[in-house]
Amino acid sequence: MVAGPRGALEMVRGLRILSRAVVKLRPLLVHGPTRGFSASAPEPLHVCVVGSGPAGFYTAEKMLKGHEGAQVDIIDRLPTPFGLVRSGVAPDHPETKIVVNQFSRVAAKDRCSFFGNVTLGRDISLSELRKTYHAVVLAYGAESDRSLDIPGEDLKGIHSAREFVWWYNGHPDMCDLSPDFRNTESAVVLGQGNVALDVARILLRCKTELATTDISDYALDALRGSTIRKVYLVGRRGPVQAACTAKELREILGLKNVRVCIKEADLVTSPADEEEMRNSRIQRRVYELLSKAARTHKDNNYEDQKELHFVFFRRPTKFIASENDSKVGAVQLEKTALKGDEVTGKQFAVGTGEFEELKCGLVLKSIGYKSLPVQGLPFDKTRGVVPNLRGRVLSCESETARVETGLYVVGWLKRGPTGIVATNLHCAEETVASILEDDKKGVLRLPSDSEKHGRPGLLEILKQKNVRFVPFSGWEKIDSKEKMAGLPRNKPREKITTWDGLLEAADL
Amino acid sequence: MLSRISRIGARLLREATAETRAGHLISSQGSNRHSSPVVTPVLSLRNVLFSTATSGGQDESSQEKISVTFVNKDGSEKTISVPVGMSMLEAAHENDIELEGACEGSLACSTCHVIVMDVNYYNKLEDPTDEENDMLDLAFGLTETSRLGCQVIAKPELDGLRLALPAATRNFAVDGYVPKPH
Ligand SMILES: Cc1cc2nc3c(=O)[nH]c(=O)nc-3n(C[C@H](O)[C@H](O)[C@H](O)COP(=O)(O)OP(=O)(O)OC[C@H]3O[C@@H](n4cnc5c(N)ncnc54)[C@H](O)[C@@H]3O)c2cc1C
Ligand code: FES
Repeated sequence: MVAGPRGALEMVRGLRILSRAVVKLRPLLVHGPTRGFSASAPEPLHVCVVGSGPAGFYTAEKMLKGHEGAQVDIIDRLPTPFGLVRSGVAPDHPETKIVVNQFSRVAAKDRCSFFGNVTLGRDISLSELRKTYHAVVLAYGAESDRSLDIPGEDLKGIHSAREFVWWYNGHPDMCDLSPDFRNTESAVVLGQGNVALDVARILLRCKTELATTDISDYALDALRGSTIRKVYLVGRRGPVQAACTAKELREILGLKNVRVCIKEADLVTSPADEEEMRNSRIQRRVYELLSKAARTHKDNNYEDQKELHFVFFRRPTKFIASENDSKVGAVQLEKTALKGDEVTGKQFAVGTGEFEELKCGLVLKSIGYKSLPVQGLPFDKTRGVVPNLRGRVLSCESETARVETGLYVVGWLKRGPTGIVATNLHCAEETVASILEDDKKGVLRLPSDSEKHGRPGLLEILKQKNVRFVPFSGWEKIDSKEKMAGLPRNKPREKITTWDGLLEAADL
Repeated sequence: MLSRISRIGARLLREATAETRAGHLISSQGSNRHSSPVVTPVLSLRNVLFSTATSGGQDESSQEKISVTFVNKDGSEKTISVPVGMSMLEAAHENDIELEGACEGSLACSTCHVIVMDVNYYNKLEDPTDEENDMLDLAFGLTETSRLGCQVIAKPELDGLRLALPAATRNFAVDGYVPKPH
């Protein structure tokens, strides 16, 4: 990418490797933990961050800045770091991914190490981690889905947006999804949040534009053969309550060769809608964009245009199989009306008993991600998050909850699956502040914690269990191979999309 | 696009050299600098190069720079001089001010959010574009005089500009601000 500064970068890298080597040797030189290595070196605070998405990396960064003795190890179940920045953020949003530069600088710090290909709950247990580190910060995101719990949900041709996004972004767990775009002209996306807009955009966007992104090659091939011309974005509530942001909306409304269809009747607002808009800048601006799009697209109607339909005030009640097989052929929708919630002032959708069917051969459910529990971790099953107080994990939801000493949570696992990359920055600041406060109080490094050696302890456990981890340098090998492979196709990278391929590229 | 790449390239180079200087060779000093807020203007490498390059005497080179004060999250202040044409994000980074810039100025993150502390200065800025407003929608602690640091470019009229980093502003109002109806 950059030709000029390469020399300087190489030099920096050389220095980094050297200083890392020294750090790696340190535990061998000094018996036991690093304390006593030099008179001025602060006592180490061993921190393990589980998950290398934005929440994990921001936590590592703030931890290293906030505590001179912090030694931070980041583990991730994948051989590749950066979580949803790699496997969630859309391929046509390269600017959003620039943040990995900052994360890579954190990983290069000598008080920070990355251990890819290590799964919490399989390769290492939470109790093992808690015995090895003074503080364990869980940042493993949300890798499951909410379900609608309506009949027909397991028909073929119905996928969660998470699966679909992982598939086009080359997540090694989903490279075999092969969604069928060939036998239908309509796709229904359930939900109207940013993720819903992402998947709709990928379906509709001109393929020559996608060809120069880091979309996985099999996804690009499949999309090139797609017969889908119409995408329906279905929301339970109205245009004032659409859960997307103006940025994503503006982008999809401006797609080349796509006619946007919005029913004018849906744009009529109630006093309660007006009130919501007065209180929310985002809602106001989203609504304005939708009304403007409804006006400008009204008279445009060209032959070979694709269509994007915003379907408001509808909730799915049933999936109906197509006539001769177990594939989805339609979604049954119930009309809804809005009712005000007296307590929150928010409006929610209630069914009206009026039904209609929407024919389609592909359904993508974008109704929310959900976190998964691991053994030994308090977990709020209804909300799908870990109960916590400013990032400190609580033993349960109730008022009598105790704080689980040394155990913290951050990111989507802490707040639920909402917010942008930057939201995790503030979330991490809060969790790190709690850790620093606890450390000041002296609860993290008690005399009985003298067995918590951090990194050497982790290495020992991994060795015993025969777990081969991918260090950050292993990821850098994957990274440069992917970039090389992207060059001839004019793509920023060609992602390696299988486990074997990734591990091999990392030289494991 | 090309210019963006070259900007990022230049940025990488700058950071790379900065890292060799502070990060590795004199690492202990590097971390001290963060802990004690400095109030004196710090001339960055680029500023120095800039003024020697113009070499047209004191007056001219001082015309090329404006003074900008950043108010940190903890309320401490740092005044720096910023060459005309440079964004507040770049200026902050060259002077070790803790302003994030996750997307490196490409209008995709909102982490470079700053609050203009005097509404008269706010009014001297060009109106934010739709794209900037889209990102401001998502900024943490948004106020009526919020802007994105990567979009505010130094110009002579902005000499004396005061910018707050979001967390520090919870306790004080923006000078002279009268809420306007929308
Ligand atoms: C489809 C999609 C598009 C998005 N687009 C944007 C966008 O354009 N702009 C924007 O600002 N934000 C976007 N976001 C939001 C952003 O990605 C999230 O806010 C952010 O990634 C959440 O960070 P996290 O660290 O909590 O979780 P994640 O990013 O999910 O990171 C979790 C990490 O934990 C690892 N992990 C999971 N389980 C284990 C385990 N058992 N053991 C070890 N490691 C584990 C995972 O491999 C992963 O690396 C998008 C999100 C999605 C889903
Ligand atoms: S640096 Fe990302 S929006 Fe300014």
